[in-house]
Amino acid sequence: MNAPLRRVAISVLVLFTLLIINVNIIQVVRSDDLRGDERNTRVLAEEYDRERGSIIVSGNEIAVSVPTDDRLEYLRTYPQGPLYAAVTGYYSLVYGNTALERAENDVLSGEDSRLFVRRIADLFTGRDPAGGDVVTTLDPAVQEAAMAGLEGVTGAVVALDPSTGAILGMASTPTYDPALLSSHDPEAIRTYMDEITGTDAPDPRVNRAIENNYPPGSLFKVIVSAAALQEGYTPETVVPAPDIMTLPQTTQQLRNFNNSRCDPSQQQRLIDALTISCNTAFAQLGIDLGEDKIRETAAAWGLDDEKMEIPLLVAPSGIGDIESDAALGQTSIGQRDVRMTVLQAAMVAATVANDGVQMKPYLVDEVLAPDLTVIDETDPEELRQPISAEVANQLTEMMTSVVARGSGRAARLPGMEVAGKTGTAQVRPDVADHNWFMGFAPADDPQIAVAVFVANGGGTGGDVSAPIARDVMAAFFEGRG
Amino acid sequence: MPGPVTDPRGQVATDTPTRRGTEAALLGFAVLITVVAQIIVDLTVTGHLRPEMAGFSVWITALWVVAHLVVRRWASYADPLLLPAVALLVGLGLTVIHRLDLAAEQVNSTVTREDAPVQLIWATLGVALFVALLVVVRDHRALSRFAYTLALLGIVLLALPAVLPASISEVNGAKIWIRVAGFSIQPGEFAKICLVVFFAAYLVDKRDVLALASKRVAGLELPRGRDLGPVLLAWILSILVLVFERDLGSSLLLFGIFVVMLYIATERASWLFIGLLLFAGGALIAYQAFGHVRARVDTWLDPFAYIDGAGYQLVQSLFGLGTGGLFGAGLGGGRPDQVPVAKSDFIASAVGEELGLFGLVAVIVVYLVLVERGLRTSLVVRDAVGKLLAAGLAFAIAWQVFVVLGGVTGLLPLTGLTTPFLAYGGSSLVANFVLVALLVRISDAARRPVAPHATPVRLGDAPTEVVMP
Repeated sequence: MNAPLRRVAISVLVLFTLLIINVNIIQVVRSDDLRGDERNTRVLAEEYDRERGSIIVSGNEIAVSVPTDDRLEYLRTYPQGPLYAAVTGYYSLVYGNTALERAENDVLSGEDSRLFVRRIADLFTGRDPAGGDVVTTLDPAVQEAAMAGLEGVTGAVVALDPSTGAILGMASTPTYDPALLSSHDPEAIRTYMDEITGTDAPDPRVNRAIENNYPPGSLFKVIVSAAALQEGYTPETVVPAPDIMTLPQTTQQLRNFNNSRCDPSQQQRLIDALTISCNTAFAQLGIDLGEDKIRETAAAWGLDDEKMEIPLLVAPSGIGDIESDAALGQTSIGQRDVRMTVLQAAMVAATVANDGVQMKPYLVDEVLAPDLTVIDETDPEELRQPISAEVANQLTEMMTSVVARGSGRAARLPGMEVAGKTGTAQVRPDVADHNWFMGFAPADDPQIAVAVFVANGGGTGGDVSAPIARDVMAAFFEGRG
Repeated sequence: MPGPVTDPRGQVATDTPTRRGTEAALLGFAVLITVVAQIIVDLTVTGHLRPEMAGFSVWITALWVVAHLVVRRWASYADPLLLPAVALLVGLGLTVIHRLDLAAEQVNSTVTREDAPVQLIWATLGVALFVALLVVVRDHRALSRFAYTLALLGIVLLALPAVLPASISEVNGAKIWIRVAGFSIQPGEFAKICLVVFFAAYLVDKRDVLALASKRVAGLELPRGRDLGPVLLAWILSILVLVFERDLGSSLLLFGIFVVMLYIATERASWLFIGLLLFAGGALIAYQAFGHVRARVDTWLDPFAYIDGAGYQLVQSLFGLGTGGLFGAGLGGGRPDQVPVAKSDFIASAVGEELGLFGLVAVIVVYLVLVERGLRTSLVVRDAVGKLLAAGLAFAIAWQVFVVLGGVTGLLPLTGLTTPFLAYGGSSLVANFVLVALLVRISDAARRPVAPHATPVRLGDAPTEVVMP
């Protein structure tokens, strides 16, 4: 009987080897898939068993976890959900995390290494490890004014502190209520998701301040002006400003807005060209300066096709390929392939306001441990300096003229000078134009820089977006007393 | 470690070491692992040691000391790895069950029923039976005298739940229980051992007839038609179990054990072939005829498609294993309670989740050691009944472990067998202690040096007067 016994012994070895191979496949090869499977509630349940940290705006929690009686111990709530949705994002059983809930997840969930010392202490004291808090740079008055201004339109507002880069406001419309995507009821979550994304209406989950870039139109003329000033032009330099301009090597004609005339003499001072936003003047100026100079200047301001983190991911801004002088002419008035995020527009205004120094924008001011001690604080950081303080002063003078007597008059504030630039960007012949405004105030001692974007607003930057910017700035100064 | 030295005639050299020291050391190791694992669980889950910890440590140590002393006294040449392997598995099982008790209390603090202490009592009862069996049964060959009695007992035990009313015998659709006065017994676990003993005695008796070949077809020596009787009977018995008790596991287990023992007894591969054929036929019929079998197979093929129903348990098990990964979440660090009935059927997935791939493979290897030592005993033992019995018992463990672990890891359809020594459940634990007692008994006989007077002496060489040394 020994021969079959040996065969049985070997067969048993084979069977057990099969078991071991199979366990290897599950626990090693398929491990990540199984662990990350959205139906695997283990990892999630562990997360929900901890008190997740809060997201805070000037002392108030805009995302906070509260204890519940159900299977998952904590429920994520958003007391002013729609107002801050673009910043907080959601924390969803079904759809995962977005925005700050995602970018600062390590801190909020308590896994960040900066919290680690405390977590070891937690082990010994037997406390449940809790997450840290994220204190944002937002100013509630600015945020509320921005959302109020965008009411009923699709668009975005970004407000910056020009001297630090702190983001004072970041609004995007249409908005949604993140609380409804963060409940503990997967069915209700799916229903709400269908409701907000299942139609032709613009997707409210897109943060239009940073995730998309748009043609900036005449905002770009500020950058062309900067290039000219660096090349020895002054605001007083007289430049050609014809009624109609034929683009080089084409029969294509470039006109001014509404076929208007910039100046009867077919030429004007640079400051006047910017004030009334003369297309032909800047198209010609751009062609005169040359592609290299335009590209170099644009990149120096941040239109360099690079992504950025604030810590939310920001889409790149750039000017695209320029095949000819004709294309260069169109590029110089912010059309063709020029694209900017709303944040980038705010950064351009802030750079002029901050004597030519561009600060790195940031959304997180402080990180707090669960016991509310500050464990990290953001130090303002210089990102780049595209222009000298002198050029910045000249641009401020020109942009102040835009608001005082030009296309941006709707942004004027009582008691202080405002600097700014309007933009009305053509999208397609059959679609209404995008309306832009960027600016800062007060012009002589800038406290706030703002960019407003209204998608397909149907008017001009001056009459659609400038008033929103004005209200945001007014709210800011009112809040400061 | 070298085994006993045997000469070509199967005689053991007289200076064979008993290896009891090895056994004691390994048992000490198993106890150490058990106690340390229990401490880790308590500290991780509750943050403090439970007051009963000292009592538990003393109890579990006493259990194995007693078992060891009894082996030393009544089976001194027994294989030194069998008992430590069992001790390790039982200790790990107690730890995981205790860990799941704690998880249940965390979810619902009003739950006061703890299963680990109950399991410890069952283990104590198991060791008691282990001791009793070693003391009473001094020679395993004596068992063959009761072969037909045991067969009858086995069939009665097997059939009992089927004929009892469902209120007593049915749990979760399987009619395999006897529930009296708060105790639940699965008589099938004991039936398994009775039937293996019977198979061994019966097959040794009949193997010459069963080994007769009549025809040669495609390279296989096929047995005579009239000799197919026993295998058909075993097959029908298995089908009956399946029909009346809806117990896919026991059905598969019994048939598998019988066919393999038949093969070992007769040395004819054709029996394996016939067994496979009968199995395929039975499986096909079962799949067609029984909804619960079809559901099991469908769930096995694509558990994720049935995640909200029949597949929930398996998917949770897979999630647990996958989340555990290579090193596991650590004892007390995972969520093994998310798998329904993790304490019994799915205890392996709890091991895999918290101890990781390394822990689960280690458990599989411990089973492998247990089985291969059993098969080795079978190889070495001199009498045919002992050979076949040891082989049958060892293969029973192997087959059961394969079917259960294959089930909870998605390699095979789920069958509902228990994981030997590891899983919560008194009948299974006690029955497996009996099983291992028999293996220990046979291994003692296998390694015990042959008394010199037992050596046959050729007549021609025999002196006229034999002087005993």
